[in-house]
Amino acid sequence: MSGEKDLNQLKREAVEKAKAEALAKRQAKAAGEVSGAPMQEDIPSEQALSQDAKPAESAEPAQPTQPVETPAEAENGADLAKKKAAAAAKAKAAALAKKKREGIEDEAPAEPAQPAETPAVEASDDGDDLAKKKAAAVAKAKAAAAAKRKAMELAGNTAPAEETPTPVASETSDDGDDLAKKKAAAVAKAKAAAAAKRKAMELAGDAAPAEEMETAGVTDDAKAKAAAAAKAKAAAAAKAKAAAAAKAKATGTGDADTAAMGDDEKAKAKAAAVAKAKAAAAAKAKAAGAAKGGDVSPADTADKPSPNQPFLDKYRKVIEENLGPDVLEDSYINKLSKDVPTLVAKKDTYFKVAQFLKFNELLGFDYLSELHGTDFVTHMEVYVHLFSYKNRQSVALKVKIDRDEPTIESLQPIWAGANWPECEAYDLLGIKFTGHPNLHRILLGEDWVGHPLRKDYEPYDVEV
Amino acid sequence: MIRTEEMLLNVGPQHPSTHGVFRLVVKIDGEIITEATPVIGYLHRGTEKLAEDLQYTQIIPYTDRMDYLSAMTNNYVICHAVETMMGIQVPERADFLRVIAMELGRVASHLVAWGTYILDLGATSPFIYAFRDREMIINMLNELSGARLTFNYMRVGGVKWDAPEGWVDSVKEFIPYMREQLKGYHELVTGNEIFLDRVKGVGVYTKEDAINYSLSGPNLRSTGVKWDLRKDEPYSIYDRFDFNVVTRDEGDCLARYHVRLEEIEESLKILEQACEQFPAEGEIMAKVPKIIKAPKGEAFVRIEAPRGEIGCYIASDGKKEPYRLKFRRPSFYNLQILPKLLIGENIANLVAILGAVDIVLGEVDG
Repeated sequence: MSGEKDLNQLKREAVEKAKAEALAKRQAKAAGEVSGAPMQEDIPSEQALSQDAKPAESAEPAQPTQPVETPAEAENGADLAKKKAAAAAKAKAAALAKKKREGIEDEAPAEPAQPAETPAVEASDDGDDLAKKKAAAVAKAKAAAAAKRKAMELAGNTAPAEETPTPVASETSDDGDDLAKKKAAAVAKAKAAAAAKRKAMELAGDAAPAEEMETAGVTDDAKAKAAAAAKAKAAAAAKAKAAAAAKAKATGTGDADTAAMGDDEKAKAKAAAVAKAKAAAAAKAKAAGAAKGGDVSPADTADKPSPNQPFLDKYRKVIEENLGPDVLEDSYINKLSKDVPTLVAKKDTYFKVAQFLKFNELLGFDYLSELHGTDFVTHMEVYVHLFSYKNRQSVALKVKIDRDEPTIESLQPIWAGANWPECEAYDLLGIKFTGHPNLHRILLGEDWVGHPLRKDYEPYDVEV
Repeated sequence: MIRTEEMLLNVGPQHPSTHGVFRLVVKIDGEIITEATPVIGYLHRGTEKLAEDLQYTQIIPYTDRMDYLSAMTNNYVICHAVETMMGIQVPERADFLRVIAMELGRVASHLVAWGTYILDLGATSPFIYAFRDREMIINMLNELSGARLTFNYMRVGGVKWDAPEGWVDSVKEFIPYMREQLKGYHELVTGNEIFLDRVKGVGVYTKEDAINYSLSGPNLRSTGVKWDLRKDEPYSIYDRFDFNVVTRDEGDCLARYHVRLEEIEESLKILEQACEQFPAEGEIMAKVPKIIKAPKGEAFVRIEAPRGEIGCYIASDGKKEPYRLKFRRPSFYNLQILPKLLIGENIANLVAILGAVDIVLGEVDG
């Protein structure tokens, strides 16, 4: 009996001690808190990347000649079809690249100048159709890569080399190489689709690329832009064909030997990889621009409101209309967290707001994705991530509560899924959720002393 | 009518059907369950507390040990969270390696779910078949990362190791093999009458219940909710692949069984496309600072793990360690509905219902 009493006393003492130390620590921390500056190291490279990639597209629409049917086709398809076609064409291209790697035997990595030098008229003369087809595919990729590289080097100027291959391209398309043509069309389509997709992303929140498109002399209409991009890509493809013809000729003469193959394959693969990576990087950079542009440079923030801003406005409006103007402490777009609209409720309106978020038919947040607490030393915070399956929208709801007396209403009556997470928050942080049916220490034992995720937590051990 | 005395039955923590250390205190009236209380926490290791003293890269091995059946997705979620905060662009080749690794992990995870589920119901051989095929995946991931289960493969900005020579081809060869095996699985189990008797119409919940209880993954999709974060909130390069979101409308154990098996097929589709499009060369790491510091602020990201949506919340004060790290662990949320499902069920159905939830205790307990 006495031993038990001692234990209890020890526990109590430990708690007291921990509290006292926490207070001291908190004060010390409050005095000396230094916050790090946001990361700047990798931002320039990202910006450079996106800027590098964009001129490549904006420069090319100046091309006058290209297969007319491809952009048209790409335009006519529905968005979904486009996406599908993109996937299919990409897969095809990949397969093609593979085939080529296995079977082709021509030399020389694609130099930017090469396609321009070689007259392609002779291409139709040689009988090696298969080799030609393969070469066409290879060279397409290569030339695309080359063109991109070049465009990047010239940083937006229309390269003289880009004009030269065009007449050649029209000739090559006449040489009856149907398969190659079809493939080129597929590629162009895929690219067009990709461009359209990317553009859709831009429309969502990124205005910069659109401006670049306009400088190239295209209207700012959405379709036209997609078409322009498609044209650019088609031009590149056509150029590639010219190169292919040249290659086919080389193959026809049969001067490629097996020794040269290894290097050649590598070079080709490299070119293809570079081209792909660039395209992807450009697409991604643009997408990322929408999400992260804001915190990269403050100047951009004003220009580019978050794509989720309308949602935030809507939530705020609906809540204020129905619950009164001062239920929310704050509301903002969390740019770091994929632009999620974030609402900060007041402690006494938290439950009401949560309830409203679920049951209002305009909002309908029926799914609680995550609930947890955080000890911010000055206060405790409960973070709730909600999602609406009806509207396919996320919202983050936060509430700040007193750290010394962390008590808040339970959301369990609203979302049954809040049951265990609230137990976890109670267990690890000591937040008491009123109205919870069975608040208990869910992970640690019931005899555990203290709440480990509190910043002032001191491990308690009877032996020590 | 014969009255029986209520009895308290302890299932676990050491019981094979609990797939780990999970205890279920069941009150039974005759053979009917009147109350079930899950007791968890036996495997709690305090990952979130430990992480507060660790740099971001050092946290990654800890994530391997949460859902140890699909550690790749855990690796990914923390890297993705930090990358989202810092605005890091992952190189394409790294993205492909990540997707291939994650999808292989998903197949392996669903294979274990399938094998152990049938084992729970009393059939031994399917378990052996599932583990044989899973072993092939484990070997491939071993070649890639140097570990069989605790991969520690991904890094903020990319992946640690490039694929060894011919590795992608071995993945490619595995796909038709696995498709063939799946047919065998269906022949072996799916139509079996005894099996159907055990799972059909058992453990049913509605769409509304599933959403209300925060279920996700196959547990949610088995009620007809067409929602997959890979498709609906695409991350990494999932928007480049053509695959279906598998759903069933019945909401019973059989539906969850079907969803998992069909998801293996969809994962194979993704793998096939990823192998086809795999870039022949390229960087596997983005340019990241030597010491990774997430900018001041907070972020919550969620991705689709085999068991549902796994999320990662980071609150950063700009230092090299997270101020607060929180994982949304799908098994933890999925298990909440269990007491509700078990009430009124026959005790023999307990194992069938628990098995169909497909939990990993390392993840439940964090």
